[in-house]
Amino acid sequence: MLEMFQICISLLDSTIRIATPLIFCAMAGIFSERSGIIDIGLEGKMLLSAFVAASVTFLTGSPWIGLFSAVVASGFASVIHGFACITNKGDQVISGLAINILASGLTITVGIALFSRGGQTPSLGSDQRFMPIDFPFQSLINNIPLFGDLYSDVISGHNILVYLSLLAVFVTYYMVFKTSFGLRLRAVGEKPEAVDTAGISVIRMRYQAVIIAGMLCGLAGAYLSIAHGAGFGREMSAGKGYIALAAMIFGKWNPIPTLFACLLFGFLEALGNRLQGVELYIIGEVPVQFMQALPYILTVILLAGFIGKARAPGAIGVPYSKEG
Amino acid sequence: MQKLFKLITVALLTLSASIVSAEIKPAVIFDMGGKFDKSFNESVFNGAQRFTKETGIKVMEFEVTNEAQREQGMRKMAQRGANVIVCVGFAQADACDKVAKEFPNTKFSIIDVGWLDNANMRQYVFNEHEGSFLVGALAAMASKTGKVGFVGGMDIPLIRKFACGYVQGAKTVNSKVEVYQNMTGTTPAAWNDPAKGSELAKSQFDRGADVVYAAAGGTGTGVYQAAADAGKLAIGVDSNQNYLHPGTMLTSMLKRVDLATYETFMDVKSGNFTSGVKVLGLKEEGVGWAYDKHNKSLITDVMKSTINGLSDKVKSGAIKVHDYMSDNNCPA
Repeated sequence: MLEMFQICISLLDSTIRIATPLIFCAMAGIFSERSGIIDIGLEGKMLLSAFVAASVTFLTGSPWIGLFSAVVASGFASVIHGFACITNKGDQVISGLAINILASGLTITVGIALFSRGGQTPSLGSDQRFMPIDFPFQSLINNIPLFGDLYSDVISGHNILVYLSLLAVFVTYYMVFKTSFGLRLRAVGEKPEAVDTAGISVIRMRYQAVIIAGMLCGLAGAYLSIAHGAGFGREMSAGKGYIALAAMIFGKWNPIPTLFACLLFGFLEALGNRLQGVELYIIGEVPVQFMQALPYILTVILLAGFIGKARAPGAIGVPYSKEG
Repeated sequence: MQKLFKLITVALLTLSASIVSAEIKPAVIFDMGGKFDKSFNESVFNGAQRFTKETGIKVMEFEVTNEAQREQGMRKMAQRGANVIVCVGFAQADACDKVAKEFPNTKFSIIDVGWLDNANMRQYVFNEHEGSFLVGALAAMASKTGKVGFVGGMDIPLIRKFACGYVQGAKTVNSKVEVYQNMTGTTPAAWNDPAKGSELAKSQFDRGADVVYAAAGGTGTGVYQAAADAGKLAIGVDSNQNYLHPGTMLTSMLKRVDLATYETFMDVKSGNFTSGVKVLGLKEEGVGWAYDKHNKSLITDVMKSTINGLSDKVKSGAIKVHDYMSDNNCPA
């Protein structure tokens, strides 16, 4: 029983670590898509900012400067995306895809030029990373059975970006649903003509939204390379941006359900990592392939059967022009 | 006058350079991990460096960044006049085979492949199971919990071979040892996913393992980092990775791909190049375990003598380490 509990604790612990970049990216997706701009470039922006975070941190020695640069770089990539598909009314999917391809190639090329390590950055020491934070009274609370473990492993003991990602969910919720900015944001994504008639610039709103999205992706990237990991490796985002996109649709473009979708995906991956090679009753040893496919299989099943119709913002993917 | 003199000097230098390179023009095609993966490819790079240092002959290099480039890169090297090309890794087998047939006068050497048949190709196969056997024994001795872990890269028979040797070694010194095995993935991306590697390592630590062996290319860096962060022990692979985290790197399973690279170039240079399959095991010093200043404090005298004893027994044939790839099955 106690062992079972320990397994659950470590599963939850791992779930949170895996879900963090998904949460940042999914919130980024919400901002962007709520304003009517499809953001398939989450993956690329995350990769780019992971690279910038690791390189700048290595060169300056400060993870804070690294984090800041990552946010700026990713925000800049968003401006490119915005310039292509807001100002110039280009196709949003193509522009996002271009950002992904650009990030994939650029990080390796610049990485080789800077460090000549085949696209990797040198690994960072523990003073150059965001290390786990231990909450106060840990040794005291640790003595309480069950809750003590929960407190010290699941709640405490993560790096600062993990807590920031949870904060980001509530800030996103508040901004999108409780402020006038959020009202305009949603309106721009549903009926941009109406917003324009009311004297609010659609272009300006959409730029603001994609830049916020870019900055959130920057946090996700920094998490990968200077908090959870200790350096950049080529293609290290490994499809997380797309999973975040799926989580966002899963959560119906709503921050709180999206948070749970991210946690679910994180949980499935953590479970997959732990069940690999384990003998289960009746079934026997679970093949690696099955465990790795599990999150995707479940996504398909859940999307197909359980969550009902996911309705995208009305004006998504449509460039706005005053002439109609 | 001075200008003319300079010009002549330059001309002479270029001429002499071209004479030297006329006899042998070696080339290496690094695979997806990249030249500085701190592992497999880097080991090949070190072998090439050693050759360059000793002979002064430059080695041409090509780093593939996607799968389609392998064949392209090889063909380009052969067209540019390379007369010996080292193909790095089993993933290059098809491309290497094809290009070797197109350029019968160019010599090829491929690492980790033993099933091709070309008159101008040498193939290197390593007895990874023997080296893994030794580090497995070491892991079981160093473990305080009696539980050790293994993180593989892509799930292929070659990596199962590492795992199988490791388990056999661990069981030899402690029959009750528990070995947790994880594979990172089933696609080549599994060689480059440090985040996943770190999660897999952490999951094994959570289950009680305190030594983890990674045979996973670039993914391994995440495993070693996780071990260093958690204060557990890790075992490196292919090249000596002890220096990455001194104090938590127990050892590294050495696979002397540098030796294979160096030997190939040297043999071509001296005209002793032979085709066919070359097997490098413990006896040939093609595999082994790393002991240096970074892990000296972690290895006790007892461990050292036990490992050396086991190593001698494997060399003499008294202990036979089962090769997973011989029947795709692991008895341990």
